[in-house]
Amino acid sequence: MIDPSVVDLSRLQFAATALYHFLFVPLTLGLSWLLVAMEAAYVMSGRPIYKEMTRFWGKLYGINFALGVTTGLTMEFQFGTNWAYYSHYVGDIFGAPLAIEGLMAFFLESTMAGLFFFGWDRLSKAGHLAVTALMALATNLSAVLILIANGWMQDPVGSAFNPVTMRMELQDFWALVFNPAAQAKFVHTVSAGYVTGSIFVLAISSWYLMKGRHLEFARRSFRIAAAFGLASALSVIVLGDESGYAVSESQKSKLAAIEAMWESEPAPAAFNLLAWPNEEKQSNDWEVRIPYVLGLIATRSTGEVLPGIREIRAENRQRIVSGIEAVTALEAMRKNPQDEAARARFGEHEKDMGYGLLVKKYTERASEATPQMIGQAAQDSVPRVAPLFWTFRGMVLIAFSMLALFAFSFWHSARGSFESKPWLLKWAFWSLPLPWLACHLGWIVAEYGRQPWTVHGMLPTHLSASSLSAASLWGSLAGFLGFYTLLLIAEMFLMFKYARRGPDGHDEPAATLNMANA
Amino acid sequence: MLDYETLKLIWWLLVGVLLIGFAIMDGHDMGVGMLLPFLGKNDVERRVMINAVAPHWDGNQVWFITAGGAIFAAWPFVYATAFSGMYWALLLVLFALFFRPVGFDYRSKLPDPAWRNFWDWGLFAGSAVPSLVFGVAFGNLLQGVPFHFDESMRSFYTGSFWALLNPLALLTGVVSLSMLALQGATFLAHRTEGDLQARAQKAATLSGVLLIAGFAAAGVWVSGMDGYAITSAIDANVALNPLMKEVARVPGGWLANYGKIPLLWLVPAIGLGGALIAVLMVRSDRTLLAFAGSSLACLGIIGTAGVSLFPFIMPSSSSPRSSLTAWDATSSHYTLGVMFWVALIFTPIVLGYTGWAYRVMRGKLTGDYIRANDKVLY
Repeated sequence: MIDPSVVDLSRLQFAATALYHFLFVPLTLGLSWLLVAMEAAYVMSGRPIYKEMTRFWGKLYGINFALGVTTGLTMEFQFGTNWAYYSHYVGDIFGAPLAIEGLMAFFLESTMAGLFFFGWDRLSKAGHLAVTALMALATNLSAVLILIANGWMQDPVGSAFNPVTMRMELQDFWALVFNPAAQAKFVHTVSAGYVTGSIFVLAISSWYLMKGRHLEFARRSFRIAAAFGLASALSVIVLGDESGYAVSESQKSKLAAIEAMWESEPAPAAFNLLAWPNEEKQSNDWEVRIPYVLGLIATRSTGEVLPGIREIRAENRQRIVSGIEAVTALEAMRKNPQDEAARARFGEHEKDMGYGLLVKKYTERASEATPQMIGQAAQDSVPRVAPLFWTFRGMVLIAFSMLALFAFSFWHSARGSFESKPWLLKWAFWSLPLPWLACHLGWIVAEYGRQPWTVHGMLPTHLSASSLSAASLWGSLAGFLGFYTLLLIAEMFLMFKYARRGPDGHDEPAATLNMANA
Repeated sequence: MLDYETLKLIWWLLVGVLLIGFAIMDGHDMGVGMLLPFLGKNDVERRVMINAVAPHWDGNQVWFITAGGAIFAAWPFVYATAFSGMYWALLLVLFALFFRPVGFDYRSKLPDPAWRNFWDWGLFAGSAVPSLVFGVAFGNLLQGVPFHFDESMRSFYTGSFWALLNPLALLTGVVSLSMLALQGATFLAHRTEGDLQARAQKAATLSGVLLIAGFAAAGVWVSGMDGYAITSAIDANVALNPLMKEVARVPGGWLANYGKIPLLWLVPAIGLGGALIAVLMVRSDRTLLAFAGSSLACLGIIGTAGVSLFPFIMPSSSSPRSSLTAWDATSSHYTLGVMFWVALIFTPIVLGYTGWAYRVMRGKLTGDYIRANDKVLY
């Protein structure tokens, strides 16, 4: 059995490095399209202020992008270093979108980013705009592919277990690509990135307006961000609701935990606006409910019944018992490939095998699992309620507050009155950290909510980690946190410095100087 | 659809192409990085060096990332076993690489000389350390690495980080280091002029000579030591796992493939010849040819390692039958097929726009250009 502290430390390290990475990703996703919008305005109108805007916001984009690349490196390799058994078990499927991401998205994104920063004097106006647009497109392509990979972990479609290679293998590539769980996640995640980019531009522009600096520049930036932000915030909420629907199809346990729904409810289920979940009693100490709403969100109907946590656990207990049969039959098959009885028994219980693996947290041999262990495994099969319940509500609350901000900003930008509304500028400025907070809460809901699985219903988290020592994990975790934090400090320092300095004329090239001997 | 055995062979070649592509492309910006503190005598010269690769280094680094992804997709056993086993070696590479994006982008954003000097050494480490570790890794693959699988195909690595730093591995580390230094120096010689160019030419000669000597020495060493061979029948056309074969250590075993197909001697010859061309051409100011020669050296030298090991990818010294080979460490037939088409479609597209980007940014870089564009360049 793997050292449980290694599993916990591996999870902590993955969560920390992934959340660090996602400090930089959403801004890249959103700001890249804003750069396209600004540069398109420059190419169409020919007014230099739009070029100045593109270059200024582009510089901040670059400071952020550098750390996105840095922290992204870790993500490409960490499955292998720290989740070796996971990588072996599902690499046949999960590796494909990662490799395609490199080939289709990263090459394009990085090559175009180089030309975006250094190609101003060497490309035509339209040529440079095309480069910027390709860069933005590629960042979004990269998001599609990584979310296809992640979506498959939430809802493992198009694949089957192969007893010879002892792993899951891909059977239908297009099912993997068009996995509804992945599609819903993609639009929700990139929209969250667009909101982040918009708040970034809106907040910094508001600061200039409050300080009375770079007024013309800030006004135009504010307007673009308000419009783009309003559309994005609407999209993030509507499409978040769409992933709520997807979640209910594939992961009823996540939904039940998010909603603190302990008992199955007659359709259409009520929505717990607020509650105090009590894990021990398996019920809420108190709750504030809105009738019908959850049923409508999650099932798009008034007749479908949503299972509660107790019912899910009871059902999973049956699946664990059946899964243990599959695990023991597989062991017999590997000892003697000619064992036809074992083969038949495996075929009968194969669909529950992942559940059988859940008891391996408590015993090396699944066949020796006691009823108590099975009960414990069934208990584990739904994640803890309180963390999910609160992170989800935090995320939604922030999303609505940003929607309101964009609505007011857009309204006053349409009327041209935002400069005389100091409360609005202040509100926009102080909202700067909110999208990052919402993104992080969202990822915690998505990934903590998937527990106890790395691949839902197929591979438990506790089996997925590498066979490393706890000492190695402590060392690497400290190394990542220390290094990333120092880099983050350098990044924030430059970001503040350059944002404060503003779009000075000095940052423009002195003239159109050609290279000597070019 | 192509048959499974052919696809396994194609993917062995494709991973090779990615590694060679990495050495040629990211290799030259890493070479520039490791020469940075030595060839750049003042801030402007260092900025000339940095800006010679500034628009391209990030795209080039994607060869490394894509190689990682492709190994994940095509050889999941290798991705899982190698990276978790050689945990600290890989983390060392990653931590060193962290210096690059920030080093390039942040270095010239503040005028403070201490700040700039710090990032220059960061770029040095971010270039030299990975180059060294990649070579060390190949030296260890040639000797076999201590790991085994249990019944559920979970891998266990039983060596230590320090054991990776053995004499042969250090020699192959020097080969890799001098190979990428040559790649960077020939590139610099092509993109710069004046004193800096002269120093780059000198560095190219030095690293080229070191490369030729190191590669020849490693060749002699490896041909005399034990290799590995599969001793049981293996049907490469069906699904396999690494435990379904028998493997033995064979003296001089890494020469077996050259005995079977003598034409393969061309591969190490290309390695040596390429390095020789690079040195001769760079001395006679034909810098583009020198860079081409150096790139050929990358192809020949990485090719030599691959061809010698084939079909082995990662032999196990402690449990030879657990060794990972191109026949039994791969993905399923279906995944290899899908990924083959993906690679066939996208690789030419990538090469196309990468070539275009270099064309757009072509020409010599000078100190005057740096001074004139002080605020917008790295």
